[in-house]
Amino acid sequence: MNKPLIDIRNLSKHFDRGRHKIHAVDDVSLSIEAGEIVGLVGESGSGKSTLGRTLLGLDRKTAGEIFYKGSKLPAVYRAKDFRRYARSMQMIFQDPYSSLNPRMTAGEIIGEALRLHSDLSKANIANRTEEWLVKVGLNIDHLGRYPHEFSGGQRQRIGIARALILEPDFVVCDEPISALDVSVQAQIVDLLGELKRSLGLTLLFIAHDLSMVRYVSDRMAVMYLGSLVEIGRSDRVFFDPKHPYTELLIGSNPEPDPSRERSRQKMHSIGEIPSQLDIPAGCRFANRCPHAMAVCHDVNPALRMVSHEDDERLVACHLYE
Amino acid sequence: MALLEVSDLHVEFAVQGGSVQAVRGASFSVNEGETLAIVGESGCGKTVSVQSVMGLIQTPPGRITRGTAKLRGQDILGGVAAGGREIRGTDIAMIFQDPMSSLNPTMTVGAQIAEPLIVHRGYSHRQAMRRAQELLEMTLIPDAASRINEYPFEFSGGMLQRSMIAMAIACEPSVLIADEPTTALDVTIQSQILDLMVDLQRTNNMAIVLITHDLGVVARMANDVAVMYAGEVVERGTVDDIFYRSAHPYTLGLKSAMPTNRQGAVQKLTPIEGAPPDLFDPPPGCGYYTRCPYAMEVCEATPPIVFDVDRAHQSRCWLHHKDCLQQVTQIYRP
Repeated sequence: MNKPLIDIRNLSKHFDRGRHKIHAVDDVSLSIEAGEIVGLVGESGSGKSTLGRTLLGLDRKTAGEIFYKGSKLPAVYRAKDFRRYARSMQMIFQDPYSSLNPRMTAGEIIGEALRLHSDLSKANIANRTEEWLVKVGLNIDHLGRYPHEFSGGQRQRIGIARALILEPDFVVCDEPISALDVSVQAQIVDLLGELKRSLGLTLLFIAHDLSMVRYVSDRMAVMYLGSLVEIGRSDRVFFDPKHPYTELLIGSNPEPDPSRERSRQKMHSIGEIPSQLDIPAGCRFANRCPHAMAVCHDVNPALRMVSHEDDERLVACHLYE
Repeated sequence: MALLEVSDLHVEFAVQGGSVQAVRGASFSVNEGETLAIVGESGCGKTVSVQSVMGLIQTPPGRITRGTAKLRGQDILGGVAAGGREIRGTDIAMIFQDPMSSLNPTMTVGAQIAEPLIVHRGYSHRQAMRRAQELLEMTLIPDAASRINEYPFEFSGGMLQRSMIAMAIACEPSVLIADEPTTALDVTIQSQILDLMVDLQRTNNMAIVLITHDLGVVARMANDVAVMYAGEVVERGTVDDIFYRSAHPYTLGLKSAMPTNRQGAVQKLTPIEGAPPDLFDPPPGCGYYTRCPYAMEVCEATPPIVFDVDRAHQSRCWLHHKDCLQQVTQIYRP
């Protein structure tokens, strides 16, 4: 087995809110192989964005370790750490409206990373910026324009060029298409796929659109209330979910196909997602789970391998113990 | 006769230096007990169309320049003068995308649900509150008796949307307009809300006009579909017509731009290149001309008319013109 590019071990991130602690990410372990796309799905508040941010040092982790190419990443990022790792790891943000500085032109935004993180001459930086502008499907006329002059899809293209101009190995894409219209989503997914192939990128693709995650990613990781509940090959997880939460999530996903919708079995989706301030003692899904047993309310199940073959499925559920 | 029938609706908004033609010819209808989905991308005019029907367009800057909206044959577009106030909120009710910003944060949820009953139905405060509790129970809010005295911030997103639905159905409307009712919600909660809407529809024989950009939600909920693009309805038909016998190139484009989940099938998404036209200066011909893979000379300058593809299936595209059968055959019978 290859050495993973990213290896996350028992990562936790808690936020202090007065007397309370928000358990945004709790004891998450996940390894990502070079060249693979891992899709991270879950509902709002499940901690998927926090996991992405903590991974890149944008949020300081509470506990756990992260390894990049076998070497341990710092517990606390200082300026020199950001400088060092910016060339290897980057992030594409969800909201193309608020993640671009409105007072900088597209050219300045895209070229900034090179000004900060390389010793290229001004002329070289200008060339590379133009090259990237074209690579992401914009043109030279757009260089001097400001973010408000672009559509959502075009802004996301700028965000992609900004993240990739340093040619990182690993990119966290945090809901890169959620704010875009359907026809534009496919444009951006296509662009990411093309760049992934030509640059040999490894991606953590965070999204809540299950169909899109299945389409984009090699493996899928399902998160619920700060924990990973299931990890496996995307197609296998989608068509044969093991964890009851994954089953509910995929069963709730409406398909653009009327006859399949007509034959859909009604999901017995009950209850509300518990508050992150008050995480249940046992399995976090127990209060909504149709299969909950006594043990589920007391003991939090750990991720364990439930099938090998070509799947290597990990599931955190007492049903599989 | 359809319960609600909107024909040839045109709405524009005055802006500096001219006007934005937000709706440029929208026709759609919905029958009792059925669901019409209006689908399209942001800025295509779907929300403005139903806001016009509800009398929610602020004038100025907005102006309805042409068209009718008939409820049981009576035009309700004329505003208060045409008796709109008696109809809106009672016979037609609406729920909005973002329940958090659509509810009054300073009123209890119960008082907000009770309000239409007091205003429109002459209920006493006590009667209205009792009914509010029943409505919350109908919309499956646990512990409704104490929940009616809570404020919106104490509710989760899914519960707020249920409260909005409770408020909307308080006066037992015959038409419920739902503008992206589940877009802000998580998929498991979305499923609960959609199920709830279907159950209430069966009980009250209510018509639903559902606005969404999600073709999955359309497939799940709709009897009929109107596809909007650049202010126009470009295709109308039954849900099966739209999904299995798509006639307009834009509908085809939308379908091939989104993933479907068929086991074992390998799918390649085909994005629709380009962007919708600027409705401040709408193109002279077809609004989809610049993005359409089948565009012909005629499409550039001559706006397409509506063609009947089938009895209940219409498409606004020159490809259906009789002189154009060649292309239609090529495209639609591959």
